[in-house]
Amino acid sequence: MSILNKISTSEGKIAELEYKSILYREEILKIVRHAGAGHTGGSLSCVDILNVLYNHLMDITPSNFSKIDRDHYVHSKGHSVEALYVVLLDQGFFSREELYKIEKYESPFIGHPSNAVPGVEQNTGALGHGLSLTVGMALADKLDGRDNRFFTLLGDGELAEGSNWEACESASHYELDNLVAIIDRNDLQITGLTEDVMSLEPLRDKFEAFGFAVREVNGHQIADLLDIFDQLPFEADKPNLIIAHTIKGRGVSFIENQVHWHHKVPNDDEFQLAMDEFAEAKIAWEQKNG
Amino acid sequence: MGSRLMVMGQPNLIIFAETLHGMAKENHDLLVVTSDSRGSGKLSEFSDDFPDQIIEVGVAEQNLVGVSAGLASMGKHVYAVSPTCFLTTRALEQIKNDVAYSNNPVKLIGISAGVSYGSLGTTHHSLHDYAALLSINNIDIVAPADNLETRKAVKASLDYKKPIYLRFGKRPMPNLHDEDAVFEIGKAIPLMPEKEVYDVVILAIGEPLVPAYHAANTLVEQGYSVDLLSVHTLRPFDENAILESARRSKVVITVEEHSVNGGLGSRTASLLMQNGVFRPMKIIGIPDEYTVTGSQEEIFAHYGITADGIVHTAKMLLEQ
Repeated sequence: MSILNKISTSEGKIAELEYKSILYREEILKIVRHAGAGHTGGSLSCVDILNVLYNHLMDITPSNFSKIDRDHYVHSKGHSVEALYVVLLDQGFFSREELYKIEKYESPFIGHPSNAVPGVEQNTGALGHGLSLTVGMALADKLDGRDNRFFTLLGDGELAEGSNWEACESASHYELDNLVAIIDRNDLQITGLTEDVMSLEPLRDKFEAFGFAVREVNGHQIADLLDIFDQLPFEADKPNLIIAHTIKGRGVSFIENQVHWHHKVPNDDEFQLAMDEFAEAKIAWEQKNG
Repeated sequence: MGSRLMVMGQPNLIIFAETLHGMAKENHDLLVVTSDSRGSGKLSEFSDDFPDQIIEVGVAEQNLVGVSAGLASMGKHVYAVSPTCFLTTRALEQIKNDVAYSNNPVKLIGISAGVSYGSLGTTHHSLHDYAALLSINNIDIVAPADNLETRKAVKASLDYKKPIYLRFGKRPMPNLHDEDAVFEIGKAIPLMPEKEVYDVVILAIGEPLVPAYHAANTLVEQGYSVDLLSVHTLRPFDENAILESARRSKVVITVEEHSVNGGLGSRTASLLMQNGVFRPMKIIGIPDEYTVTGSQEEIFAHYGITADGIVHTAKMLLEQ
């Protein structure tokens, strides 16, 4: 039985989504462990954002996915694919059995998003591509007079790619207020701190200078994420940008903020420790939510 | 077919722009995306007449291709127009991933291809694009030679279901085909009367079809039996036509405005060798060296991409 069956005992949306985040994190670790590969740190940092996007905000379902007239999502930080797989699994895009063929011969479930997987819209993995794709998609919707929203999630290390800034120019030039870019600002990339590798700050100022309406949020607080997303669009005729402050490896104490967990696979002991922490988190959730 | 007085036509780029203009009226989902390249692409009139169907991204080729892929994924018929040198080099990763791999059916329009920009130099030449794109899966490659091929290729591209790359030069081209010539993407067009056997078969792609045509007719006048194919499409490659022609022929010559590595010649040699058709062969194109400076015409002359050069090459091969 899937551990990701829809929760029926929730007391309100926030509690429900908080519980889902625990389950999602548990599943991410299981997938990485099963595949023997994966981007553990980044998937754990962005999964709360995906949780709120798919379960609260975006109109993207298996039944409407083949249609153009719906919301759209591009996973620009393609390496954090395990988080996307877990959330799409929960939405019913594919079965757990299919997902667990990950990284096997002829499986569509590879280490970066591929549109051979139901629910994946654009093939990503090379950094600095998602924002341009999303600009094109959002522009098409505007040209056709529809009012859907176009979301993309970018990594912070990814922002060193110059193509992002070409895309920013066109997003504001065409006043794409239907575009929502979210930065998973976990401050780490594969080599170390973003500010040591290639400094990004002042990040907010940069996006504002490029014409975005920028908001910042704690990317792990479900209530805060719900609140900020419900404020969309932030300003008339401006593309939206959310800097979601996150912790790489969030939810597993010994993975948090550890640069070497960028794509490390847990060993037996580490896996068990992580599962114990998720069990504790579930108990704490139950105590809090009765 | 055969030698005849050729009527001079327009630059293929003008025919591209005119054909697009004609299609845009009926197809509101037809979009042109430019990177400060509407003038170079002869699209100023298109821009004036269909301001809602042209999207400018500025001098930003990576974004040009990424945005075009996004538009195409939403059902638009997207023509991404940019100088070939920038389109297929600067934005190669976007072509590979956002267009080809994601299967967003963008029509990539490479303008002023090969050495069309002549003395502007190597930064503005594109002698790599066939090789680069042939090694990327899921993008068809067409380089029309004359106005007829251009017009028919552009019309065929509108509803093309997969990514396609069209490559155009900028100089006026004579009309090489009869108006009723059959053009189909992926089908080479014969330009000489069919024979049982040939002394030489010449395969040409793009603008070098003109010197190839003159060379073929000169050789015929001198008593040789010649086949000439316009191989306007490198993918899908018309393997059957090329194999059939080569089997009937003593020697094979290819002519292209591209590096001799990785284009029509390499593709043909690979095809012939792997099918046991062993013929003396010469690949005429731009060799692996710093390209000589000069106009397109001078560069062609320097490397033997001329009627005389092709005739000379044919005789050399036949004498071997």
